[in-house]
Amino acid sequence: MKHTISLLVENRFGALSRISGLFSARGYNIESLSVAPTQDPTLSRMTIVTNGDERVLEQIIKQLNKLIDVLKVWNISEREYISRELVLVRVASGGGKQDQALRIAQIFGVRVADVGSESLTLEMMGDEKEVENFLRLLKPLGIKELVRSGTVAMVKEKAG
Amino acid sequence: MSEKTGAEILVETLLEEGAEVMFGFPGGVLLHIFDVLFDADIDFILTRHEQGAAHAADGYARATGKVGVCIATSGPGASNLTTGIATAYMDSVPMVALTGQVPTELIGGDAFQETDTVGITRSISKYNYLVKDPRDIHRVIKEAFYIARTGRPGPVVVDLPKDVTSGKAKYEKIDKVEIRSYKPVLKGNPRQVKRAAQAILKAERPVIYAGGGVIISGAHKELRRLAESQKIPVTLTLMGLGAFPGTHPLFMGMLGMHGTWCANMAIRNCDLLIAIGARFDDRVTGKIEEFAPNAEIIHIDIDPSAISKNVVVDIPIVGDVRTVLNQLLKELEEKSKPDMKQRKKWLKQIEEWKEEYLLTYEKSNKVIKPQYVVEKIYELTKGEAIITTEVGQNQMWAALFYKYDRPRNFLSSGGLGTMGYGFPAAIGAKIGRPDEIVVDIAGDGSIQMNIQELATAVQYQVPVKVAILNNQFLGMVRQWQELFYNRRYSHTCVACQPDFKKLAEAYGAKGYVITDPADVEPVLKEALFNDQPCLMDFRVAREENVFPMIPPGKTVFDIIYPLKKKKKNAREKKK
Repeated sequence: MKHTISLLVENRFGALSRISGLFSARGYNIESLSVAPTQDPTLSRMTIVTNGDERVLEQIIKQLNKLIDVLKVWNISEREYISRELVLVRVASGGGKQDQALRIAQIFGVRVADVGSESLTLEMMGDEKEVENFLRLLKPLGIKELVRSGTVAMVKEKAG
Repeated sequence: MSEKTGAEILVETLLEEGAEVMFGFPGGVLLHIFDVLFDADIDFILTRHEQGAAHAADGYARATGKVGVCIATSGPGASNLTTGIATAYMDSVPMVALTGQVPTELIGGDAFQETDTVGITRSISKYNYLVKDPRDIHRVIKEAFYIARTGRPGPVVVDLPKDVTSGKAKYEKIDKVEIRSYKPVLKGNPRQVKRAAQAILKAERPVIYAGGGVIISGAHKELRRLAESQKIPVTLTLMGLGAFPGTHPLFMGMLGMHGTWCANMAIRNCDLLIAIGARFDDRVTGKIEEFAPNAEIIHIDIDPSAISKNVVVDIPIVGDVRTVLNQLLKELEEKSKPDMKQRKKWLKQIEEWKEEYLLTYEKSNKVIKPQYVVEKIYELTKGEAIITTEVGQNQMWAALFYKYDRPRNFLSSGGLGTMGYGFPAAIGAKIGRPDEIVVDIAGDGSIQMNIQELATAVQYQVPVKVAILNNQFLGMVRQWQELFYNRRYSHTCVACQPDFKKLAEAYGAKGYVITDPADVEPVLKEALFNDQPCLMDFRVAREENVFPMIPPGKTVFDIIYPLKKKKKNAREKKK
């Protein structure tokens, strides 16, 4: 099962390798990882998508908490949250494919990032499901190149 | 405010943190530091190998409870330290390991004697630092000691580039270390403590299973109070030996692979297991699904990640063992007493299990039995010596046939299982507690892994005693080959070995070789109580095995005991 974990860590030399090292040393998977400083430049926010059963997840969270550089760990998949990924995808534009690509882009409200003589690069942002759907539709046109960021996620403010 | 060099700040901070002794080996990038150490009020012990320095610092730390300090140069010095760092990490030993590093401008350029020390030690240390500015040294060293000794203790590595130790900085003292991301929880959750107390009171067949955490947190008195006031039998892990008196009537012996029949049967049959400062290691649990199958489990540990890691527990209590035990005792004292009739019945059953198998071996007056040597050391030192061990059969015999009544008297590499640990650790322990007799119970294989430290013991006149149980085999591996690989002794026979007596003498220590059982006692009497480092080469029965033994992945009913007659009885009883 997939889980999204959010961490607040010291923005410090070695913190990232400690965290990724923990995953490899203990045999946990990282599906995606993204990290950047927060509004407080001494702290970084990290979002890790991982998979495993409940026991594994519990251990991952405990082991992460144990790291000296980690301030806080949240398993955000057990709450209401917003998640986004950024995708840059280049598709072939020859032979009338450009129109099709643009139509799909329109449906998803996706921006054109770059237009070349033989290709079109689209820039899509959405949650995992939206991204998957978008890519599924584009696939028949021939995806020439695909770059996908790790997930970033944030817990929703409690309603009321 | 005056400026000081990084090296001066380092040494002053070490002194401020109470480092009285330091074990290490110099090197090119450490020259600034060693220049300051030359006049410093620190007893520097020059070991003959960096691994020896790390183990000596570890032995010093385990024997005294203080933070052990070791130092090695960049490159091979640092990589030689790593086995010692990993050993300390697995057994939660507070240690600060200082390593030299090439100058900052050369880092990453494959300079002479450069290794990525923080990279190498990341997964075997509690934390590590690469210091890039002399202004950071004071804070980093303060933090390193703080992290090493608090929470679940462990080794902290500080990598110091040469230019950082020669560069100057203002020396501004920090009074208190504050790390926002590191706040160990000491007090147990009161609700959980209450639940634990209720479980203890209503249990009919409770067992305490305690480990090294009790010793680390200094909770041996509290543990004893709990066991005695509630009439609960106690078993200890290898790391826990000494946390509860080995001669106490409520003590059942060690549990697990080489644990007693009684302890393992008690675990099997208990309805409440109280795990205290222990981590359900595979050598303890054996086949995990059948470990304490009928019990509710309370687990007290400072490390939240140790809880429900291998065995799912019912009542976890995260906190410092001593603090939590005090909370628990208070809670229990306010409550009514447990059902003493049930407890008596349970304790009677425990006594029966104790008698079904005695912890013993076949005696001989023709050949020296290794267990006999350990027993004699126990008798002659009145159970008060500090025993260090190597790893393998020697370690298990030292654990089974010496009874430890006090904490910090049994020092052994339990987690990592490092051969070559015991001798340098003995040197460190003896330096930390010079008034005690310190004996390394060794094997002929292990002792050769750090035998060069004889020079250290002689140079600093550290009168440690080494008892080699010499069977000319890598005995534990041979035992497994005998039992599980059809006696195919593949590369475990080490018949070619030095004359240990002459070797000791060559180093300037005293050497003995003992072949007759009748000589064991007289030699021990002489060697244990003189003021010289001594190496005793006991030529023991070659194919003696460590029993009891539960084969890996099996249960208590598969236990192998040397005295078969009793075993039959016990087996029948179970049916």
